[in-house]
Amino acid sequence: MSGIRFAKDHEWVKVEGDIATVGISPYAQEQLGDVVFVDLPAIGKKVEKGKELAVVESVKAASEVYAPVSGEVVGVNEALGDAPGTVNEDALGKGWFAKVKMSNKAELDALMDEAAYKTFCEGLH
Amino acid sequence: MSSNPGADAPLKSTALYDLHVELGAKMVPFAGYDMPVQYPAGILAEHLHTRAAAGLFDVSHMGQVRIRAESFAAAAAAVERLCPADFQALKPGQQRYSFFTDNGGGILDDLMVTRMGAGDDRDHLFMVVNAGCKDADIAHLKANLGARCEIEVLADRSLVALQGPQAAAVFARLAPDSAKLKFMNGAALKAGGIDVIATRSGYTGEDGFEISVADADIVAFTKKVLAEPEVKPIGLGARDSLRLEAGLCLYGNDITEKTNPVEASLVWAMQKRRREEGGFPGAGIIQRQLADGPSRLRVGILPEGKAPARAHTEITDATGRVIGEVTSGGFGPSLGAPLAMGYVEKAHSTVGTSVNLMVRGKALPAKTAAMPFVPHRYQR
Repeated sequence: MSGIRFAKDHEWVKVEGDIATVGISPYAQEQLGDVVFVDLPAIGKKVEKGKELAVVESVKAASEVYAPVSGEVVGVNEALGDAPGTVNEDALGKGWFAKVKMSNKAELDALMDEAAYKTFCEGLH
Repeated sequence: MSSNPGADAPLKSTALYDLHVELGAKMVPFAGYDMPVQYPAGILAEHLHTRAAAGLFDVSHMGQVRIRAESFAAAAAAVERLCPADFQALKPGQQRYSFFTDNGGGILDDLMVTRMGAGDDRDHLFMVVNAGCKDADIAHLKANLGARCEIEVLADRSLVALQGPQAAAVFARLAPDSAKLKFMNGAALKAGGIDVIATRSGYTGEDGFEISVADADIVAFTKKVLAEPEVKPIGLGARDSLRLEAGLCLYGNDITEKTNPVEASLVWAMQKRRREEGGFPGAGIIQRQLADGPSRLRVGILPEGKAPARAHTEITDATGRVIGEVTSGGFGPSLGAPLAMGYVEKAHSTVGTSVNLMVRGKALPAKTAAMPFVPHRYQR
């Protein structure tokens, strides 16, 4: 499969082989406001779809980021330590959170493609 | 200022609601009001703009009350029955920070009181209280002082705050007489042809004014202020991060009915005569705490890492024993780092004491710190 896919909790995944890069959507960063800290998972951590992957802190509040797929964390975006605002500036690119080695690629089928996610967000207003 | 959430009742709005929406504000429920938490610039930019230039805040949700008696001295003595501040010593125009205490010495609300001198109809007290507490405060004033004072609720007045290093220059263009006001002084003024009551005070640690304006004039007044090049509208989000950097208490978080002024490090707001004479609710308990020392104290806390610790985070010592709790915490945009305030056992309250903050199950190292975190820039 190709392209970016989105979860209802506003995380995105981009897949290469069995590695899913995970971040939060432009809609999510807009709702959060200025990101000041990201609590990233430890490498090697086993994550379960729908359970906490990371915590993102804005000036206002802390919010959980849920894993859109299950698997093992094999990489995290260390650059967010010094530049958490990258999540606001480039949510779909340099603002990625973690790379997850997927244990069940079939979980991807439940995620939305870009057009479906756009429609989903419009329904939230 | 209060964080008490409103009940299920429909949200009220201030006279500036339409202007907030026009300015692109994100509106959220706060203390029963639909209030701007931020404008399109965002909390970080709004915070930094206030520290660099000037910000305008709508705080019309707060309660404004005039208290009159047959003389100023009588009104001041009456309010002293409910608050531990020395109001009788106020000179015309002078303002004082205080709070209502209860019989246990706890804090029912914090407030600002200004002696409006004889120029403004009769010499009286002008009080501003928190939005979340105002109904209870007004009932408290009427029940306890109604027989000796006239309690006039100014329900048809708005309140805005103009804060920041450029606030005085901006306001002087509209109200030249405002330049004469020193920190914690107020007066009735004409500002751009509009009658206002301005006090040189605020909730950001910056120089600035809180300005009471009739609802009928507030939109015109606010547009005049926002037309000044230094001024941007600022939401409640930045108001909270600004006051936290300034080390100022948020009622409902940092001070409540369960905290007394001694442990809240607010002894400075209880002037000597009142500490000695008492004569306010809970005076006996507060005087005993003053003599014996409190068992816990409100302190500043600086996390050593980058993770903010929010309100209700447990504070532990090196052995893991709980020694206190964070009451306000977040990220300080001007400090460029996380910051918090909270209560710790007195033995751990000395500035520089190492403590741990229990954030998401992890013990994050932190140190108790002096407040304010960002120096006050009041014009005394």
